[in-house]
Amino acid sequence: MISVLLRRPAAASILSLFGVLAFYVLVGGVELDKLFNAASWLNYAARIGIVALPVGLLMISGEIDISIGAMIPAGAMTIAIISGYYGMPMVFGIAGALCVGVAVGLINGILAVRTNVPSLIITLATLVGMQGVVLASSKLLTGSASVPLTAPVWAKTLLGNLMFGGSHQVLIIWWVVFAIIFWFVLHQSRYGNWIYAMGGDKPSARNAGIPVNRMTILLFVLTSTSAAFVGICHAILFNSAQVSGGMNDIFNIIVSVVVGGVLLTGGFGSIAGVFVGTLTFAIVNKGIDFTTIDRNWSNLIIGVMLLLAVAMNESFRKVALGAIKRKPKPNAPKQA
Amino acid sequence: MSERKPVLEMRNVDKSFGPIDVLHDINLKVHEGEVLCLLGDNGAGKSTLIKTMAGVHQPTRGEMKMDGKAVRFNRPKEAQEMGIATVHQFGGTYPLMSIGRNFFAGVEPTKGWGPFKIFDRKTANEIAVREVQNFGITRIDDGDRLVGGLSGGERQSLAIARAVYFGARVLILDEPTAALGVKQAAHVLRIVNEAKRRGLAVIFITHQVMHAMAVGDHFAVLIRGAIAADFRRGEKSREEIADLMAGGENMASLEAAIDADVQEHPAE
Repeated sequence: MISVLLRRPAAASILSLFGVLAFYVLVGGVELDKLFNAASWLNYAARIGIVALPVGLLMISGEIDISIGAMIPAGAMTIAIISGYYGMPMVFGIAGALCVGVAVGLINGILAVRTNVPSLIITLATLVGMQGVVLASSKLLTGSASVPLTAPVWAKTLLGNLMFGGSHQVLIIWWVVFAIIFWFVLHQSRYGNWIYAMGGDKPSARNAGIPVNRMTILLFVLTSTSAAFVGICHAILFNSAQVSGGMNDIFNIIVSVVVGGVLLTGGFGSIAGVFVGTLTFAIVNKGIDFTTIDRNWSNLIIGVMLLLAVAMNESFRKVALGAIKRKPKPNAPKQA
Repeated sequence: MSERKPVLEMRNVDKSFGPIDVLHDINLKVHEGEVLCLLGDNGAGKSTLIKTMAGVHQPTRGEMKMDGKAVRFNRPKEAQEMGIATVHQFGGTYPLMSIGRNFFAGVEPTKGWGPFKIFDRKTANEIAVREVQNFGITRIDDGDRLVGGLSGGERQSLAIARAVYFGARVLILDEPTAALGVKQAAHVLRIVNEAKRRGLAVIFITHQVMHAMAVGDHFAVLIRGAIAADFRRGEKSREEIADLMAGGENMASLEAAIDADVQEHPAE
């Protein structure tokens, strides 16, 4: 039974989660009920989690997207400029921001399938490029790098407002819903199989008739659009958008995905893993405020956790690969 | 044997890339239920020849016939649809995917309706395990296992079983035994025989004469893009074939030269 569990890509992330919690309780003196009632880490998990899901899919398919870092502020600025500065209806702002996400995703995806340039370099270029575009157009259109935005009630309720008068954000629900959808796509639908095959061996996937290029472009569109979506929610939540910010998110999102058991070279990973990996990362990062540990140590903890999780992932994958044994099966028909 | 129908036929096929002629005047017939061994040293044009058969390249001159009718494959997909399947050394298998998922990559069976069609894991696993076992690999009994845990020979067998299940009539095996140990190679050769028994036309590319002799009915030796010899089983000895593959050079004299060299400079 345990070996079955260990063979799952999510195994290491679940162990990491328990490890971090145990560490915080034993060393940091955390009171668990206080931690579980707190919103800060869950809000943060939702923020990076919504992007981590499609990034996980993209990484399983063997590509990577770091332009997400620029797309979160890009989404926020687009909606703030359209609906805040120009005062157009919120729907236009949301649609505009999502369109920016789709457009950048298309550029990333098309470049990735048409050229031999690694997607890390392509999205590095679009990352830096989009930072420039966002800053320049914000200065050009509004004369400032920070734009206020007042959202109508429906937008607040749907995308930003704090639920139940507490400090939990609606984003958490979106995250869970997206996680279920992505889980279905990756683990239940045939498209999931295509994504794994693309990450396993691209030429063979192409030979097997899988529309590799179309899927790759689609996945890039998903990552940058969901980053823009997170930007939209934040602009609505905080009633403003700034040009800077979001750079940290790149590495936080990728760390969450990798802790979640996704193989950097593609072909292996799971949604449950990415989900738990994100939770773990958020607890390390935000949960440290509930401990007696100085918050400046949190990055060290993340570094150690990343190494441990990757080491566990490596050894668990070996377990998974070595899982075929000759077992005597008396009831199986013996073939000559 | 020779009264069997040819499935795929190449007539006076030439292939050049720009000014470079790679294949000259290739005439070949592949019959159903027969193994054609394509022998040749590296660079002899074996891979260009099979890529032409598989629709990756188009012949510059000459024609290809399938079941007696002239065909032209513009894309590999067209050749596949006609039942020409190529299995590369490790191609077509994904180590970190389960056997069932591997077997049906790109053609997944689904159940359910509309957007909620789900991958039918149970059916996929059942069919995959059954088909592989029918080829004599009885060690595989759980479709959920990852392919990376299989041996090289078993992965080859899985890829071949997959091609056969999806209706291959001509099976092109590109050096299936090259990277395998003796036992594993025997495994694959058994699979080749089984495919032949089922009436497939098999094109077996190798430069291991022993492996070719074990399963081949018909042999063609390729030297510098032309067919240097074309003979049937039993018409030539192992030594003769090896000599042919070495470009007509006599292997015996080569061995003698090496022996002389060793005697002159004995190992310290």
